[in-house]
Formats: sequence, C-alpha cells, structure tokens
Amino acid sequence: MASKKSIWDPTIVKGASLSALLKLDPRKMMGNPVMFVVEVGSVVTTILLILHPHQAFGFNLQITLWLWFTVLFANFAEAMAEGRGKAQADTLRKARSETVANRLLANGKTEQVPSSDLRAGDVVLVSAGELIPGDGEIIEGIASVDESAITGESAPVIRESGGDRSAVTGGTRVLSDQIKVKITSNPGETFLDRMIALVEGAERQKTPNEIALNILLAGLTIVFLLAVVTLQPFAMYSGAPQTIFVLVSLLVCLIPTTIGGLLSAIGIAGMDRLVQHNVLAMSGRAVEAAGDVNTLLLDKTGTITLGNRQAASFIPAPGVSEDELADAAQLSSLADETPEGRSIVVLAKEKYNLRGRELHDHHAEFIPFTAQTRMSGVNLNGFQIRKGSVDAIERFVQENGGTFPAEVRTLVDQIARQGSTPLVVAEKQRGALGVIELKDIVKGGMKERFDQLRAMGIRTVMITGDNPLTAAAIAREAGVDDFLAQATPKDKMDLIRREQGDGKLVAMTGDGTNDAPALAQADVGVAMNSGTQAAKEAGNMVDLDSNPTKLIEIVGIGKQLLMTRGALTTFSIANDVAKYFAIIPAMFAATFPVLQALNIMHLKTPQSAVLSAVIFNAIIIIMLIPLALKGIKYKPMAAEALLRRNLLIYGVGGIVAPFVGIKIIDMVITMAGLA
Amino acid sequence: MTLNGWVQIALFLALVVLATRPLGSYMARVFAREKTLLDPVLRPVERLIYRTTAVDETREMDWKEYAVAMLLFSAASMLLLYLLQRVQAVLPFNPQKLTGVMPQHLAWNTAASFTTNTNWQSYGGESTMTYFTQMAGLAYHNFVSAATGIALAIAFIRGVARRQMATIGNFWVDLVRATLWVLLPFCVVGALALVSQGVVQNLRPYDTVKIVEPQQVPHLGTDGKPTVDAAGKPVMDTVSEQVIAQGPVASQEIIKEWGTNGGGFFNANSAHPFENPTPLSNLIEMFSIFAIGSGLTYTLGKMTGSQRHGWAVWGAMAALFLVGVLVAYSAEASGNPLLHGAEQHASAMAPGGNMEGKEVRFGVANSALFATVTTDTSCGAVNSWHDSFTPLGGLVPLVNIMLSEVIFGGVGSGMYGMLIFVVLTVFIAGLMVGRTPEYLGKKIESYEVKMAMLFALIFPLIILIFAGISTIRPYGLAALGNNGPHGLSEILYAYTSAAGNNGSAFGGLSTNTPWYNTTLGLVMLLGRFWMKIPVLAIAGSLAKKKYVPASVGTFPVTTPLFSVLLIGVILILGALTFFPALSLGPILEHLLMNAGKAF
Repeated sequence: MASKKSIWDPTIVKGASLSALLKLDPRKMMGNPVMFVVEVGSVVTTILLILHPHQAFGFNLQITLWLWFTVLFANFAEAMAEGRGKAQADTLRKARSETVANRLLANGKTEQVPSSDLRAGDVVLVSAGELIPGDGEIIEGIASVDESAITGESAPVIRESGGDRSAVTGGTRVLSDQIKVKITSNPGETFLDRMIALVEGAERQKTPNEIALNILLAGLTIVFLLAVVTLQPFAMYSGAPQTIFVLVSLLVCLIPTTIGGLLSAIGIAGMDRLVQHNVLAMSGRAVEAAGDVNTLLLDKTGTITLGNRQAASFIPAPGVSEDELADAAQLSSLADETPEGRSIVVLAKEKYNLRGRELHDHHAEFIPFTAQTRMSGVNLNGFQIRKGSVDAIERFVQENGGTFPAEVRTLVDQIARQGSTPLVVAEKQRGALGVIELKDIVKGGMKERFDQLRAMGIRTVMITGDNPLTAAAIAREAGVDDFLAQATPKDKMDLIRREQGDGKLVAMTGDGTNDAPALAQADVGVAMNSGTQAAKEAGNMVDLDSNPTKLIEIVGIGKQLLMTRGALTTFSIANDVAKYFAIIPAMFAATFPVLQALNIMHLKTPQSAVLSAVIFNAIIIIMLIPLALKGIKYKPMAAEALLRRNLLIYGVGGIVAPFVGIKIIDMVITMAGLA
Repeated sequence: MTLNGWVQIALFLALVVLATRPLGSYMARVFAREKTLLDPVLRPVERLIYRTTAVDETREMDWKEYAVAMLLFSAASMLLLYLLQRVQAVLPFNPQKLTGVMPQHLAWNTAASFTTNTNWQSYGGESTMTYFTQMAGLAYHNFVSAATGIALAIAFIRGVARRQMATIGNFWVDLVRATLWVLLPFCVVGALALVSQGVVQNLRPYDTVKIVEPQQVPHLGTDGKPTVDAAGKPVMDTVSEQVIAQGPVASQEIIKEWGTNGGGFFNANSAHPFENPTPLSNLIEMFSIFAIGSGLTYTLGKMTGSQRHGWAVWGAMAALFLVGVLVAYSAEASGNPLLHGAEQHASAMAPGGNMEGKEVRFGVANSALFATVTTDTSCGAVNSWHDSFTPLGGLVPLVNIMLSEVIFGGVGSGMYGMLIFVVLTVFIAGLMVGRTPEYLGKKIESYEVKMAMLFALIFPLIILIFAGISTIRPYGLAALGNNGPHGLSEILYAYTSAAGNNGSAFGGLSTNTPWYNTTLGLVMLLGRFWMKIPVLAIAGSLAKKKYVPASVGTFPVTTPLFSVLLIGVILILGALTFFPALSLGPILEHLLMNAGKAF
C-alpha cells in the first residue's frame, strides 16, 4: 500500500476533476472563507454577464471564466490530495474482503461465520493459509504471519501469545501453524477501517494550526474586501468609476487564494506522506505536534544499536595467550546459535584465523545455556570449556577447586565500565582463561542523524535497561544528548512528565503493554505495529513497519508540513505586490494617463493587464499542487538558516515570480488576440 | 539636501539612541516597582493617591478587569472634559472672556480627541479655550491618556514575560506610576528648558500691539467670503493692530511632545514662535516625541529577558524611520518643478527646496524631520503645514500613520501596536522553520491570531469606510479646500490621522462641521479603545501560557533577519491595504505634478 503514485496519475486526476465540480456546492465552500469569496465573486460576474451581454462581452466573459477556474483549481487541489488517499484506501479495502471465520464455541467446537458477524470478545481459530478475520490478540499458539497487505513488507513476522508480539491485524494471512485469536474490535471499527477512513480524509478535522492560519487568511480577505469596496468611491471621486468585473478581479487577485486554495491539500498530503512511510497518524494534530517535538525518547535496542551485542575482542587472563583464549571461546560457541555466540565464532575466525571446526567426530558434547547455570559451553576430549557471566564462571571455577584470579575480576569491571558486556571463558582444569568483550554496535549513521536533530534544536534521550556505566558509554558513542539507564516504565513516565513540565513536547516509541501509559502521556507516541493492542490504543501513531528509528522521519514530516504552509502563505501574500502594479494602472490609466508610470511590467492594454493578473492567480494554484502535495524541500538545519533559505525562495521569489508570470501571460494573450 | 540638514537629522537620532537604554531600564524599574532615585519624593504622593481613591496597590487584575478599569477611567475623563468645555465661561482663568465651546459637536470632538491621545483640533486654541480648560482639561488629558497608553504597553509586555499567570498587573497602579515617574519629572525639566528658549508661561490677557507695517486684507462678509463693491472690486480692510495670544504654554508644550499628544496651545501648533521659538527648542520637542517610544523597546527587552529582541524591534523601527526621513527630506529639498521663477537651490542665502508652509527658522530638513517624527508616532504636533508639502513629501506622513504608527509610535500605543505586528510576523514566517509559531517561548495560536487580525482589521475599516463616504457625499466634499487627488489626500489624511490617534492635520479640509466633527470623534474613539481590547486579550492569553524553552530550532526574534521580516510584514500589510487609495491620492498627484499639473 505504500506504493508511490506519480502526482498526475490519470485515474486520480480524472476522479479529482469530477469532485472539483461537486465541491462547488456553497455549503462545502463555506468551510474555506477565501475560496468562498471567490465563488461569490464568480456568481456575481456570471449574473452580470448574462444581464448585460453587450458591454465588453469578450473581456467580461474571460474574466468570469477564469474566476470560476480559480475556484475549480482550488477544489481540484483538495480533490487531488483526497484522491491520492482514496487510492491507498482502495488497496487497503481489498484486504478487508469478506472472509469466513472459524468461531470457537463454548463446547470447544467451531462454527463457520462470515467475518462481519464477529464481535469483540469472540475467539476464532486461524490455520495456515487462512486470513485473520479481524483485529485481535493471540491467546494460544505461535504462527508466522504475512502482513504485507498492511505494511507492504513481504517478509513474514512471528506472532505469538503472551508478551508484546501478540497482536494481529484483520486481513493479514497466517502462513504456518495454528493460532487462537481473541477478537478485540467490532466490524467497522477495526484497525483497517480506521486506516481507510483516515487516508480517505473522511474523518479529517482541521488541526489547531490550520484553524489559526484560516483565521489569518479570513482576516486578510476582509481587509482586501474593504480596500476594494472603498476603492469605488475614491474612483468615483476621481471621475474614474470601475466596472464590477474589474473590481472583483482586483479582489480575487489580492485575497490569498494561493494558500487558501492549497491549505487543505497540504494537510491531507501531510497525512498521506506519513502513510507512505507506513506510519498511521490517528489525527492531524499529532502530525503537527511531531513538528514541534523538543525531546525524542529513543529505545536503545533496535533504534540506536543493532539489536544484539557482538564480540569485539578477546582479553586473556595472565599466563594465557590470546590465541588460546580465542580458540577456547570459539569452541565453546560453535553450537551456540544466539547472535552473540555466532559473533564470537566469527571474530575468532576473522581476527585469529581460526576456522570453525566440525566437532561431531570428536565426541563433543554441547552444554546449552540454562537459566540455572547461566553459562554454556562444550565438553570435548576431556576438556570442559564454559563461558558465561562473571558470577557463574567464578562459581564454576571454584566448584572445580580453582581460584578465580583477581586480574580477571578487574578486567571484567573495566569492560563493563566501557559500556561493553564481559563474558568470562574458563576451562575446568586451567581455570579462567580470559574475557570476551561483547559490544553494543551502534547503527551506522546514527551519530550524524543525532547531530542533525541537535542542529534543529531537538534533544535525544536514550532509554535503556542497561546499567548507568554501560548506558553512558553507548550514549557517548552514539552521540545522544542524554540517557535514562535501568529505565523502568515509571522512570520513562517521570522523564516525560518532567520534560513536559518544562514546556517541552516529547515523542517516543513503544510496543509493550507497560509502555502504554508513557505512550499516552507523550505528545507524539508511536506504537509499533508488532506491539500489543494496549500500546497501539495508547499512542497517537502506529508504525506499520515497527521500526523505532522512524520517529526521526515522523518529526521531519511534521516539520515539512508546517514549513509548506508557512512558505505558501508567504508566497501568496508576497504575490500581491505585482498584482497591484498590474491592475491599479490598468484601472485608472484611461482617466489619468500619467499612472502608466506604475505599469512597470509594460502590460499591453488595461484589459490584458487585468486578465493576465487573474489568469496568473488561477494557474499558480495548479502549478503549486505538486509542491503542496510533496511538501517543500526539507533539510535539517537551524531555524535561522532555514528561515533565511525559505524566505529567499518563497518571500523574495513570491515577489518576483508574478512580475515574470504576468508579463509572460500578457504577451501570450496579446499574441493570441484575447485582449 | 544639504550636509547641514543631514547632520541635524543624525544629531537627533544620536540623542534618541543615547536615551534609549537609560530611559528603558528606568521604566522597567518603575513598573516592576523597584527602587528608583525619585522614590523619596514620589512614593508619598503615590501612597496618598491610593489612600484617597481606595486602590489596593498589591492587587493584580486579569485582562478583562484591566480593560474595564481602563475604559471606565477614560469614559469618566472624557465626560469631564466635555462638561468643562461647555461651562468654561463661568470658570476662572478666563482673561479673554471666552464663551463656552459651542457647538456641541465641537466639544464632543475635542473631548474624544484628547481622551484618545489624538489631539485632533477642530478649534483654534487661543480663540476657543480658556486657560482653565487648557490646564485642567487638555493638559490633564495629555498626561493621563499618555499614561494609559504606557500602562497598556507594559501590561502587554507582562503578558509576554509572565508564565502561567492569570493577571497582567493593576491598571490604577500602572496609570499612577506612568504619570508620576515617567511623565511628570521629565516634563518639569523639559518645560524649564523650553522656557529658556523663549516659550511663554503666564496667565495674562492677550497683548495688543501696533504692527510696523499696516496690512490690507480682504473684507469678509457674513458668509465668510470676500465681499466686492458695486464695481466688482474686492473691498479691503486695513489692519494696523495685532493681538498676541499669551498663556501657560511651556507646561503644556512639553507634555504635548513627551506624551505624543500633539495638541497645540495655539492654532499654529509648533510652528508658533511661542510654542517652538528656536531650532534648539525644535530639537528638544522632536527628541521628546521619540524618547519614550524608543525607550520602551529597551523596557521590552529587559522585562522579557531578551535584550536582543528589544534591539531587533528598535532596529526595525529605526530603519522605517530613516526611510521616511530620506523620502520626505529629498522630496521637500527638490522643491516644486512647476515653480520656474523661484530660487529652489540651497545656498548661503536661501534654504532651497519647497519652503511653502515652512518656518524659516526650521528650514526644509527640520520641517521634513519633524513631519516624519510626529507621524511615526501618534504625536501630531506640527511645525510646518503638511498640506503644502510636495505630493511625495506629504505621502510620508500619511503612510507613516497608515502603517499604524509603530515606528517608535505613540507612548505605549506604538509599542503594543508593534508587538501585534511581531505576533503576526511570528505567525506568518514562524511556520517556515517547521514549528508551530512561538514568540519568546509563547505559542501563537488561533486566539492570538484572531485578536491580532481584529486589531489589524479595525484600523483600515474605520479609515476607508468614512473616507469613502466623505468622497462621494456633499457634506464630505463641501469641506474640501482643494479638488483632484490633493482633495482625496486631505480627506484620507483626516480619517487616517483620527484612526491612528495622531491628530496632525494635513490641512485644507474645514473639519469643523457636524459630519467631520462627529465622525472623526467616533473614529478616534474606535481607533483607540476598540483596538485596545484585542491588545489586552492577547496579553491575558499569553500570560496564561506555558513557556516553551528556546532552542536552535526556535524561530529567532533577536536577529537582523527578524527585523527585516518585521519591516516586510508591516510594509506589505500596510501598503496592500492602502495602496489603491494612495495611488489615486498622493501618487497620482505626484505624477500629475511632474506632468505639469498642480492642485
């Protein structure tokens, strides 16, 4: 569903053209005061055109048509944004196709019911190859599930009962095994339904900032209405009264139609961009809040570091060579399928050139890790090699009559202080051989991203269950601003409250049920789709890819949305300067030829000047649709630099562009003999 | 333009710059109720005022209470002035035996005018007002209307500076402290300085003197028009005596400027030799007009803890001021191209440029500078006749007022007007940094935008609607002294001056008529009080908000870039609103003048 369609996808354009016409309904137009004024103006000129068809018909007709186009173009922009959402919704809807569910009855038997009959609380049995009939939670079993219908990600994911990976989504397919699912939502209220409603924009409400901006635009519209209405008495005083066509043209050119026409498209497109990143925001308010975030809480594991620790070095005990230690470490790990174990084998191979050996011939006996012994290893040719935590190995050595050397203890402490995890290797007879340093590996490029965030004034806080020493070391390496070590859900909550108390907006990700309170408290709470239902309900966004790093993109999208609004508002207002220089001399130059001095664009005739300004005003809306839908270019940088850049492009550009545009249109329509 | 002219302008600006910091931090101390040098003298007076008026000086008000107190106080003061004018004939200090101010619409207009700090004068001071009315009525308002403006600016700044508080100060305390600490002491010193230059201060009847050279003037009939004899020749009168008006001028002159009031003791205002006798008194008066407005930018910085923001606002004001002076001075210095015979080049013997309506002792530079200064602020005192300026020279004062008088501005009103523009700038441009807009840690949301737009809307509304009506109705047109675009400028200027509470007259328009007196009075009241309510509403709303700490991601309000943006928003909003009207007024007149046509 994250398929990216080209902006001018023909089916969307077709649908949007039709709905642009339907949106002319004045009851719908009222929601947008700026464009409503244009519509009223168009109606007025149309009526006058019909009543007085003999006065300057060609010019008046063209003005009237272009006024209607202005309204239609604005409607079209909104319809385009909605259409792109609808296209995504259709893809989603396919996944919602009716399925048959095996509902579990009280007597243990199952009955077949259509999925639309399922209610929250029902329990269904889903086997390999079947679609999961509704949102729910696995209460028994484990299965691999294909969630590509929702996430677009083809690799299957594991879902199992209990813990934080128990939630399943309706419309996804079980690939293996059988699970019992307790349905958690009624038909029409499922996750998929909500998603469809959101991307279609059906439930779209204006966001706080959008409302404020609308007030500004409405206020400006009234100011210009006033300026134009009172211009007529001044014109009459000066002996140069104007026609309604020209006055309406001036009004429409002055009121901020560009941003007025594109404002809702920008909002819809912002949500849309999130969906393209496979993130679902529950409200537009959340997207705005994302732009305002001051503090990011990032889970260490999976976000900042790769999920697993990896062996980084072998440090031998006194009297043991590095090669001996590496050899023992590798032997002890050959059967260890954990990522840590595999990384030990790999390190020994790469650094000490020790090849993995096939040990079955040597009567090797592998000792698996258990929660009781807290170590693992191998018995081979009479040797007993073990690796494990320092306490476990110390016990092992002492039980076998050895003494645990103080030097190794010091080594262990040193490693822990550097933020790594020590694993001690021992052999039954020789005692402790040395220490393996397991390191958290910080993901590539994270430091740069944190630097960018810092440049934008966003503070990153790493959340980890590690001890403060380890946490500090990783925080330093990753370049985060702060960290919260040995974090409990309560600590996390306290941190959020503290930050909010200082007036900051906090964003975080989470997946577990115990994350739910913090997700709800945070201003932007992104729940992982793989997480529990509770977490998803608590947050105000869901990441379908369950990728915690996504938070950084979400902040970017929020900022881009706000910037696009600001930039187009500035552009729209700046445009007015040129329009004055086109229309004012055109209005009065017939009576006062000296006012031609203001016609700095040297527009051909008064008619062509007014018409060119109106045409420019209309087509600039169409030309800016791609910008409104894609958002303006966004690069993380400090506010001052960002402001200077955007001001140059949209402020200065907004003043210059219409001078050029109107001049070109004037040349074209003069050549075409239209005015 | 001459070097001498520029040096005088530079000297003036240098004085303003020097005063900004000490005056600004002094005002911050006064309104934070910290100790000042004047406390031993003024504190007892202050306490006495509170005791007699039963004001609890420790009690704080929320914005609504503050607004109500301000409105009630102003309404009562206005009524008082109206009555005073009507009964002045029977009150003391009336050596000229002037009657009560008739007609009623004039008394209404004047009461509205002085209550709103406009000081539009449809009357001539020396021929209408008794010394008592001048002192107890007009001078009183000069103080309290200025103090009200300062109080509001301080309340607004508090709103920005406070965090999660419901109150924005106590109106009575702010009013009293503004009067006693900020206005009175400086006026005492200033009045003495003006007296040293020759400004009069007495309660004597007017002098009558024989003039050296008797003058022939046309005889006016009962209809006020020159009469002609049977042969069609004008009937002439010989004038050999002149009445020289007197009065307590200096004490009123200084507050006229220090409180940006602008209502002259005499009809000729600061062009009158008893109000403004020398170039030095002229400099003192211009400095007084800008001093508090400039100082308040420093107060803003100090109270909000962002001195650089204060200076950024100051920078925007100073830049707009300089552009105005440059245009006005160059337009006036280049003179009138239609006057071929007159010597219009500056030389040792001639001031050069357009000297019509200007005093020889001030010349072109100081007249253009005074006109700019008085309209940048809401002062409205004049030392030259704006109606006689060249079209572009006259455009500058008009545009200055149309930009809402935020270039240093009226005492207090300039500051809060500017801060409304700051709010709008932060909102429009703030989005471009990818955050919802915030101003010094306060989020600007729909409520603030609504109120700021209301503020921005009222101003053009009352100007354009009344000017529009006046240009097409006979009762509006009858008062015109000139026709063509110049006449439009005259009407536009009158309502702009009233709405902006400036009070300077372009001239050429006989506004002492029922229509103009009534509507101008109404416009003055709306322009003052209707606009103050949204200001207080924003202050109250901002005070309640949480503070968002600044970071490098925050929209910067402390940099030159911000000053440029602020200027851009002021110019674009102002220009876009008034450009159509201006293009048919001064701009058209300028183009026609260059084409050889005058009005």
